[in-house]
Amino acid sequence: MIHQDVLDSYEMTIGIECHVQLATLSKLFSGANNDARDKNPNTAVSPIDFGLPGMLPILNREAVELAVCAGKALNAEIAEVSRFDRKHYFYPDLPKGYQITQMYQPIILAGYVDAPLLDGSTVRVRIHHAHLEEDAGKLSHYDGYSLVDLNRAGTPLIEIVSEPDIHSAAAAKAYATELHRLMTYAGVTLGDLYHGNMRFDVNISVAKKGATELGTRAEIKNLNSFRSVERAAEYEFIRQVELLESGQRVVQETRGWSDATGKTTSQRSKEDAQDYRYMPDADIPPIVLTKDEVERIQARVPALPQSYRDAWVPLNLDRSVVDALLANQSYAALISSVQVHAGDDAARRVAHWFASAVTQDEEQTAIIASNFSPEGYAELADMVAKNELSSTAAKEVFAELLTSDQAPRSIAEARNLLQVSDESAILAIVQEVLADPASAQSILDIKAGQEKAIGFLVGQVMKRSAGKANPALAQQLIKQQLGE
Amino acid sequence: MTIADAKALSAVDAVTQAIARARQHESFNAILHIQEDRALERARAVDAGEITGVLAGVPFIAKDNFLTFDGPTTAASTFLKDFHAPLQATAIEKLEAEGAICIGKANLDAFAHGGSTENSAFGVTKNAVDQTKVAGGSSGGSAAAVALEIVPFALGTDTGGSIRQPASFNGVVGVKPTYGTVSRYGVVAMASSTDTIGVLTSNVADANTVMEIMAGKDSKDMTTLPDFWSTRSLDGPLKIGLVTESMTDDVDEGVRIAVSSYVESLRSKGHTVEDVSMSLLKYALAIYYVVVPAEISSNLSRYDGIRYGRRATAESLAEVYGKSRDEGFMAENKRRIMIGSYVLSSGFFDAYYLQAQKARTLLINEFNELFSQYDVLVMPTAPTPGFAIGENAHDPVKMYLADIMTVPASLAGLPALSVPAGVDEHGLPVGVQLIGKQCDDGLLMALAQQMEAA
Repeated sequence: MIHQDVLDSYEMTIGIECHVQLATLSKLFSGANNDARDKNPNTAVSPIDFGLPGMLPILNREAVELAVCAGKALNAEIAEVSRFDRKHYFYPDLPKGYQITQMYQPIILAGYVDAPLLDGSTVRVRIHHAHLEEDAGKLSHYDGYSLVDLNRAGTPLIEIVSEPDIHSAAAAKAYATELHRLMTYAGVTLGDLYHGNMRFDVNISVAKKGATELGTRAEIKNLNSFRSVERAAEYEFIRQVELLESGQRVVQETRGWSDATGKTTSQRSKEDAQDYRYMPDADIPPIVLTKDEVERIQARVPALPQSYRDAWVPLNLDRSVVDALLANQSYAALISSVQVHAGDDAARRVAHWFASAVTQDEEQTAIIASNFSPEGYAELADMVAKNELSSTAAKEVFAELLTSDQAPRSIAEARNLLQVSDESAILAIVQEVLADPASAQSILDIKAGQEKAIGFLVGQVMKRSAGKANPALAQQLIKQQLGE
Repeated sequence: MTIADAKALSAVDAVTQAIARARQHESFNAILHIQEDRALERARAVDAGEITGVLAGVPFIAKDNFLTFDGPTTAASTFLKDFHAPLQATAIEKLEAEGAICIGKANLDAFAHGGSTENSAFGVTKNAVDQTKVAGGSSGGSAAAVALEIVPFALGTDTGGSIRQPASFNGVVGVKPTYGTVSRYGVVAMASSTDTIGVLTSNVADANTVMEIMAGKDSKDMTTLPDFWSTRSLDGPLKIGLVTESMTDDVDEGVRIAVSSYVESLRSKGHTVEDVSMSLLKYALAIYYVVVPAEISSNLSRYDGIRYGRRATAESLAEVYGKSRDEGFMAENKRRIMIGSYVLSSGFFDAYYLQAQKARTLLINEFNELFSQYDVLVMPTAPTPGFAIGENAHDPVKMYLADIMTVPASLAGLPALSVPAGVDEHGLPVGVQLIGKQCDDGLLMALAQQMEAA
């Protein structure tokens, strides 16, 4: 086992390439259905995706617009003119024998992502560029044969290429997480990691701290969760330092990651690298976008995560609460809407309800709420503020409100949860309790100056009112009755 | 044989007679397969009035790199020998919508690579005038079928001269339109930046009729231009440039005589013809044989034996690719794939492909310069008449030289016609080439028609 001091004398340098599948209806160059989830193999394939002779690509305008939106989320310039190129290699999942990509003139130019770290600081990762390209199909291997499924062939992707600005596994994970949020918030992708909507290739090298040259890098391909990005970087850091410490060298190669073993393994070395024979694709005219068009397209990008973080500063939320809310764009938008319409206090209450209702797993994006009207949640917060509901009762109403179109007051009434703040009604109960012989000792204690004893009496009032009495009011009335 | 001749008959008669002539001329090997069932079915529908249109009942033949129903689409290759297309090319669909009837598919150099139709996997097509000579290529079968009067028109593709040169060799009209005039959808791709769809006919008016139907924007081909085709007539005399570099001693004397005599007829019609120099003409062939093989190597990548076409029996994936492609492609296909892969490979891309594209831009600039002074440029279509079968078969460079006059217009995307300009001393046809500005196709047609009437 390598000593921590030795590890600490090294620094890792990471650049990440991220493939994002775009949420278009049809494919990048054909009219075939782009959503192949749960479809039978080769049922979402057009003759174009199939690479039939004489077929020509027809560029999907929606994919271009989503790339332009992605550019906004990446704080990047959009190229006025971008073009498509062909990347050649033979593989059964690549029907044309080339992938259409953007090698020379990508649509998204330099930008940056600010990713928040756990300690509250931020790492800025510069984006080198991002380009449009088509996905390949899928192969599945069996004993002695392989099957090709072209449902995914031609799915539009943007590949986001970062600069090597990342120097820790935690920062790598933070960048991947923030990138996912940006792309889903901007409406660029569905962001379903399980179905490979975003895949990360992590390029990592190590060098002695203070060294002027970077070490030889290895590329860990096809990571499909934030946690695996982090774990693979951690593993690779130690592996490379151990190699160097034992006098060996790091080989430039592509490596795979196994979640099960927690290890990276060599897939192919640079010597096997193919010559892709890139060339311009003459079948597709250049994409030309004026500044006006870019602005018009980007106008549809809604608020992005950082704008929520900034807006929520006055709410004083814990980092974990913020993260839980940001994990679901609908929740974030809802909280902000409550904040705008009902103020910080109401927003803070609603934020905490949501944060405790949603799972803490950042990758869980399942929508548990169907009611996204901010008015209902604001009203619920208001009822608590006005002591019409206890905080326990409010959680119960909230749970129902999530999937209900009823007003919170109706829910509270139906469940008989409204607090009784009618003074005469509570006074009657207070008098009943004070008259009860079981209360005699407590009354004596209070009169003897033992204030704490009032708790028992309030508890009795609550019990007799089936929890609906406003406890503060009950306490006040007890004191009054006892002549204080 | 003209479109009017065909329309004078009932559709069934026109089709039946065309098929009979095709069979009668089998020795020329111009046609690879006849689509008799579908042709007759459509002919009966025309005669019943169910199908109407400008070309109702007119039979035609398509080069076998157009995807069509009823029969294979082979591109004259072993690879696609048994390939049956599930759809038809846009050009075919448009002609069918006007009632035209495709009776069969014409021979070509496999994947349209060649200038003699000797590279067909299914044997050479013989010249319609002299069976010892080549029909030219790659649309050799289409040119011979029109010259033999089997059909009034045949479709071809022209990437570097593949319509014009065989038109010249067989004494028919060949139209290579402005790049982007006709949709390439459903046509087996050769070189995406210069592939064009055109027609071969016995007269200019028929060519115009067919082009007018096929031209226009197609949502399935992003490079198609908005429909600009219009039938024009000449407003007055034109200023025409005769490219002097195309009339040197390297060019066959019979060709020069025929072209000179055509130039004299142009003058006699009142047109001004001046000698002009095109200094970059000598580089056109070199540019072409870098850029086009590069695009070919890319466009032929899809023929891998995985999804359709020939698949060799093999032990490994690499062997499936290697053997299938070895068996499916002709020597000339392989030569171009190798040249193309070489010029695109890392380390050579800048020196060859990029350099050639820069030179191509210079060539286009020179054309633009000339067209600022001249309405039309004229030169021979080919440096020789149809050469003997086998004569150039073992010398690829000599074979490529046959394209020297036709590749410049292809590289620049310009419209060019080959029209008959008489015969040489052996009676072999010679074509003259008229080249126009981008989208000036109509002017070329009008000029050619005026000259044809003379």
